[in-house]
Amino acid sequence: MTSGTVTRDRTAAGAGRDGFARVLRAEWTKFRTVRGWAVGTLVAVAAIVGLGLLPGLQGSCGKQGPASTCTLPVGPGGQEVSDSFFFVHQPLAGDGSITVRMTSLTGLLPAGSAGPRGPAGSPGPAGPAGPGTGEEMRAGLAPWTKAGLIVKASTQLGSAYAAVMVTGSHGVRMQDDYVHDTAGPPGTVTPAAPRWLRLTRAGDTLTGAASADGTHWTTIGSAHLAGLPSTVQAGLFTASPQYVEAIGAAGASTGPSQATAAFDHLDRQGTWPANAWTGEKIGGADNAGPLERGGFDQSGGGFTVTGSGDIAPAVSGAAGLGTTITQTLAGTFAGLLLVVVVATMFITAEYRRGLIRTTLAASPRRGRVLAAKALVLGAVTALAGLAAAAVVVTFGQRILRGNGVYVHPATALTEVRLIAGTAALLAVAAVLALAIGAALRRSTVAVTAVIVVIVLPYLLSISVLPAGAARWLLRITPAAGFAVQQSAASYPQVSNLYTPADGYFPLAPWTGFAVLCAWTALALAVAAFLLRRRDA
Amino acid sequence: MTEALHAEWTKLRTAPGTVWLLLGVVAATVAVSVMATAAVACPAGGCALDPAKVSLTGIQLGQAVVAIVAVLAIGGEYGTGMIRVTLTAVPRRTHVLAAKAAVVTALVVPAATLAVLACLLAGRLILPGHGVTAGHGYPPLSLGDGPVLRAAAGSVLYLALIALLSFGIAAAVRDSAAAIGIVLGVCYVLPILTQVVADPHWRRHLQQIGPVSAGLAIQATTELPSLPISPWAGLGVLAAWAAAALLTGGLLLRLRDA
Repeated sequence: MTSGTVTRDRTAAGAGRDGFARVLRAEWTKFRTVRGWAVGTLVAVAAIVGLGLLPGLQGSCGKQGPASTCTLPVGPGGQEVSDSFFFVHQPLAGDGSITVRMTSLTGLLPAGSAGPRGPAGSPGPAGPAGPGTGEEMRAGLAPWTKAGLIVKASTQLGSAYAAVMVTGSHGVRMQDDYVHDTAGPPGTVTPAAPRWLRLTRAGDTLTGAASADGTHWTTIGSAHLAGLPSTVQAGLFTASPQYVEAIGAAGASTGPSQATAAFDHLDRQGTWPANAWTGEKIGGADNAGPLERGGFDQSGGGFTVTGSGDIAPAVSGAAGLGTTITQTLAGTFAGLLLVVVVATMFITAEYRRGLIRTTLAASPRRGRVLAAKALVLGAVTALAGLAAAAVVVTFGQRILRGNGVYVHPATALTEVRLIAGTAALLAVAAVLALAIGAALRRSTVAVTAVIVVIVLPYLLSISVLPAGAARWLLRITPAAGFAVQQSAASYPQVSNLYTPADGYFPLAPWTGFAVLCAWTALALAVAAFLLRRRDA
Repeated sequence: MTEALHAEWTKLRTAPGTVWLLLGVVAATVAVSVMATAAVACPAGGCALDPAKVSLTGIQLGQAVVAIVAVLAIGGEYGTGMIRVTLTAVPRRTHVLAAKAAVVTALVVPAATLAVLACLLAGRLILPGHGVTAGHGYPPLSLGDGPVLRAAAGSVLYLALIALLSFGIAAAVRDSAAAIGIVLGVCYVLPILTQVVADPHWRRHLQQIGPVSAGLAIQATTELPSLPISPWAGLGVLAAWAAAALLTGGLLLRLRDA
């Protein structure tokens, strides 16, 4: 007995890193030599690449000659923006200010599917028809309908601006350069409760203020527009964005909306020309219908400005144009499934064949066996994922663009994050599968458990679940890890259906990935505990 | 054939886990349905949803457990080598396959019926508290209502067909892990790819031929004209897939050495 103890001591002392390297090598040899596993990993790569490069999505951008090329204006911050509204303007030279009273804000929304529906699918009550548009419209304001005062560097699309405005249901706001948004006093505008707005230019600084009576003013905020030319275009504007409404869990109805704002008591300070106001539609499609064109009317001391469109950062999905590079990674789900099957079998096959007893006899420190298996799997899967994701992210977007689909450009950093994130997602999912396989020791149940916790929440969130439940599911389940593939930013000041199907996740990319990692760590701990405590 | 049936019944009945898995079908289905119905928020102005479909959301999870039962019914025998004993005892291989399929169906159908009834009961009790009321045009869920009865009976049939599809695939690939991988790919990954990848035209076509997206059309009780495929035709598509899988499994079982 004594000599036995001595021998074991020596083995333990001599093991150290060398011992772990041997276990690692043994596990690598096992993985490498089972043909099914190597083939499974290669097929996973092929699935991600194949589905990512599949010419499944077709668009019309650039398909009808050079005029049909889809381009979005680029804002001062370098991001793509929507810049489309009706602008009643005059040049303002140097410093100055403009004050106006807004007496009403009304609008038209697509009749869509509003109102309660009967179980038989009867459509909701339709509103009054739009003015000669041929589309069913109803009275109403989009939440982010905007009307008020704007100072813009020029009438060029994407140029710098600052604006103070009344919105459909977000009160008075001051916005500048497409992405900045500051809240002012709440409430909307009626003839009984008009709203005064003022926009003041002093050098590069623009200050917005609002008032209920024209005497007591509240400053909302000020914007610093670097490099604003000395002569700018200033005046009244109205915009009303694409109206989006969710239908059930997965559908959406969208349509253009229109708004009309009435102004009076226009007062200008500074150097303004004496000639009449110019009214023009800024941006938007060339072939826009009367609804989107808008117009203005000047009578007495008042103005009526009708417009459509939005001045905001561009988004993809229901309320926006095109798609994001996340789309090219759709094959990850198929790849993940294969990776999970291989990873589970990496441990459950040992239990089925009884090999686990040999493995544990050769390397009695069971935690190390699990660690070695996790390392081998993680490394192999990460490499495979890296190669597949690099190919689809690089070439997938070119194929989509070639098909006429508008793909929002992403920075190089975002592309790297998507590629590395997809590799990490697959690797961690493989380790999760290994841990669950080690804990359950039954391949069928283990594979199902892993797929159910990673893939099913995503499927439910894009197909049946209401938006609130879907967001929760993608926060707390391992499916949160897919957030690492997000490439689009969501903005509170743009109404859109920010759905997972369009590449929007409730958690930030690495936060979502951390949720997956936390689950994996928990599963590994449970697996190590069970592996130590149970007979093999 | 009777002996084969009896043998398969004894095997599946006494296999460790079968009872637990069948209880798991009910528990998983009802749990997800309860969560989905409790997550519904229908505002005062009304909303558009399909109460029967939301109440039967749990089928999405329940089908995975059903697939495990079906895959293990034959995959387990290949895993242990028991299949050789089985085929020695009953040399007519189609009889073995038919007996196994019959027993799996006989076990899945009662569990599925229980699960579906519990889901509808949960929906009937929970949904009115979340604004899905008669005032919004949604009478309480009742099996007396034609479309609801069709959704309920169809969901039971759906789970039975998923079991047969899984069983056919497992008979063809002979490995539990690979079989469950394929089944879950069909059940979960295919619908995601259909939703995410294809453009509207192709998406509709894929939803018409996909076993799960077509099969689940049986649960719809509202907006029937906008469905990619009508409810019974959709279930027919799933049945065709299940038949094809069984046929392939049966042919391979006849042709191959076990």
